Amino acid sequence: MRWVVKFESLKMEINTPALEVHNLTASYNRKPVLWDIDFQLPQGQLIGIVGPNGSGKTTLLKSIMGLMEPDSGYVNLFGKKLDDVRERVSYVPQRESVDWDFPASVFEVVQMGRYRKSNLFRRMSTVDREITTRSLEKVNMLEYARRQISQLSGGQQQRVFIARSLAQQADIYLMDEPFVGVDAATEESILALLTEMKEQGKTVVIVHHDLQTAYEYFDWIVLLNTRLVAAGPKDEVFTSDLLQEAYGGRLTVLSRIGDLIAKKDFPLRESAFKEKEGRGDG
Amino acid sequence: MDKLLEFLSFQDPNVRVVAFGTIFLGMSAATVGTFAFLRKRSLVGDAVAHAILPGIAIAFMLFQTKNPFVLMSGALVSGWLAMLLIEHLSKSTKLKPDTSIGLVLSVFFGVGILLLTSIQHSGAGNQAGLDQFLFGKAAAMTQNDLLAYGIVALILLITVALFFKEFKLLSFNPAFAEASGLPVKRLQFILSTITVLAISIGIQSVGVVLMAALLITPAATARPWTENLLMMMVLAGLAGGFSGLVGSFISFTAPNMPTGPWIVMCLSFLALFSLFLAPKKGILARIQQQRQNRKKILSENLLKAFYHLRENNPETDTFSNLQLLRKRHFSQSEYQTALSRLRRNFYIMPKGEKWQLSEKGYEEAKRVVRLHRLWEMYLTERMRLKADHIHPNAETIEHIITPEIEAQLLRELDYPETDPHQSPIPYPRN
Repeated sequence: MRWVVKFESLKMEINTPALEVHNLTASYNRKPVLWDIDFQLPQGQLIGIVGPNGSGKTTLLKSIMGLMEPDSGYVNLFGKKLDDVRERVSYVPQRESVDWDFPASVFEVVQMGRYRKSNLFRRMSTVDREITTRSLEKVNMLEYARRQISQLSGGQQQRVFIARSLAQQADIYLMDEPFVGVDAATEESILALLTEMKEQGKTVVIVHHDLQTAYEYFDWIVLLNTRLVAAGPKDEVFTSDLLQEAYGGRLTVLSRIGDLIAKKDFPLRESAFKEKEGRGDG
Repeated sequence: MDKLLEFLSFQDPNVRVVAFGTIFLGMSAATVGTFAFLRKRSLVGDAVAHAILPGIAIAFMLFQTKNPFVLMSGALVSGWLAMLLIEHLSKSTKLKPDTSIGLVLSVFFGVGILLLTSIQHSGAGNQAGLDQFLFGKAAAMTQNDLLAYGIVALILLITVALFFKEFKLLSFNPAFAEASGLPVKRLQFILSTITVLAISIGIQSVGVVLMAALLITPAATARPWTENLLMMMVLAGLAGGFSGLVGSFISFTAPNMPTGPWIVMCLSFLALFSLFLAPKKGILARIQQQRQNRKKILSENLLKAFYHLRENNPETDTFSNLQLLRKRHFSQSEYQTALSRLRRNFYIMPKGEKWQLSEKGYEEAKRVVRLHRLWEMYLTERMRLKADHIHPNAETIEHIITPEIEAQLLRELDYPETDPHQSPIPYPRN
């Protein structure tokens, strides 16, 4: 009978959402940028987080990665807390978030994907080097391995960041605007790579601002404008009503309330309603 | 010369202590300072150096001793406090980072001076020399001090070696480090602590006022010479150590000369030297590059004059100075520069009073004209510029286009026959 139990738990593992965002509220410089965001994303899909400028896409990604403290709500990955599944999660920050005039080579930067808590003050192993090399190969940057990162073009920088993320060998990838400043050919090859990752069962979540290509690129779409407009399979989300709702401007009352909270130093959530604890069994 | 030999023989134990002390301090400050420089925390370093003063004064008042470990502990505490305060102020108030740095620096330093003055007037017997923390007191370093600072310097270097790759990631992309699950808070704590430590021992040689120079200048000096972090750190360490040596030598030969300011002078000189002479990024290299560009532009323009003359009368390849200068205006010196460069490359040869375009020169001239006309095509076809607006643009860009870009242009435009003005685009012979 044991295999039945095992099968059941395996099925549960597959059915667990890759990402669950529960009632997440977050602010930047005291000003609320995300209001009660609540959605679940399935495993093994290519998912776009889409919305106009300033709609909180990057903040959402940073909150998921634990880079900022939300005012309320929690995030579960594969049904667990982030700290319990760190090694299964990979993050690609925005290309402009670092100074590329840093003294390092392409290989060094991609190898940073192998840095872990478990190899603190240890040297990189041969396995690490091999994985680094293969990750560079996947984004067609192996010939640039010795190149200084200050000499790279925008598209090459982006590919270096993606290679670094591949080197983490995760199950879910969260990428912040990987198509910005990239030429058409590179965009196509990155997309092909992401599709390949999806086919291997990885979950890929992309922050994307280009509405033109969003429908074509993704299977699932999260439509965001400081509040969640919709999340689901693209055909359900990409309706003219919902798009109008997301791109038709801010909700006036909501943003006035946000301004008041920032100006008068009100709390965004009373302490009894923070819902910080996940139900997750992690 | 004798003085130099005497100094370098390190016979005098006093000389030995001072020289090795300043070298150690210079090297450890430079090593740790490299991270401060790359993390763009140079000003924080300056503020922390100033903020150390009250810590030293209070430690002295409490324990009435000048034991280096006691004073260092005081320095560490107040340096740390300053660093936390700067961070806290810029995070939880509306103050911008530069304001909070300025605030913390002046408040701490003011308090430090205040305490120091009151100690001076208290008449306690052993307070002499405490004010030397302002500008450093390398010459008064004792064997005991050297031992203490040597130990601290060693701890610093070992820490940097142990956490080298983590500090590298932390300096390059802290958000990614945190997302990877590295203990970023703890690493930052360690890095800040060794920075404060390096500052608190460094002030021994240059004092709080000049400490930022010892921390940051070596890194700035090293940066343009390498693209490898470890190499940069080694070069910075060498610059810091060498300056320490020079500073102590100068105060050895001229005992009235203060060591600290001379260390800083030497560092600044090295930084200036680096700014001018560094390959690629240095001022001299850029001037050189601009001169090269100017010569290239001049000679290519003259070559085009040859081409246009020949385009109009195909039966000859030999032209006079007058013909050439009528085709395109050059000043006398520009004309000479261009001519001699073309001759050196065997693009043209003298023929009596005139100049003959060689086969090689003709091909090169065709290349420049081709780039000009290709670029005009690109401007009209891709950028939708009007045909009467494209010439000035193409006059510049023709000198810039590389063979790879030329190939790409040819592919994108599908090997056009003529330019927008219907002039033929010349292709290589085969």
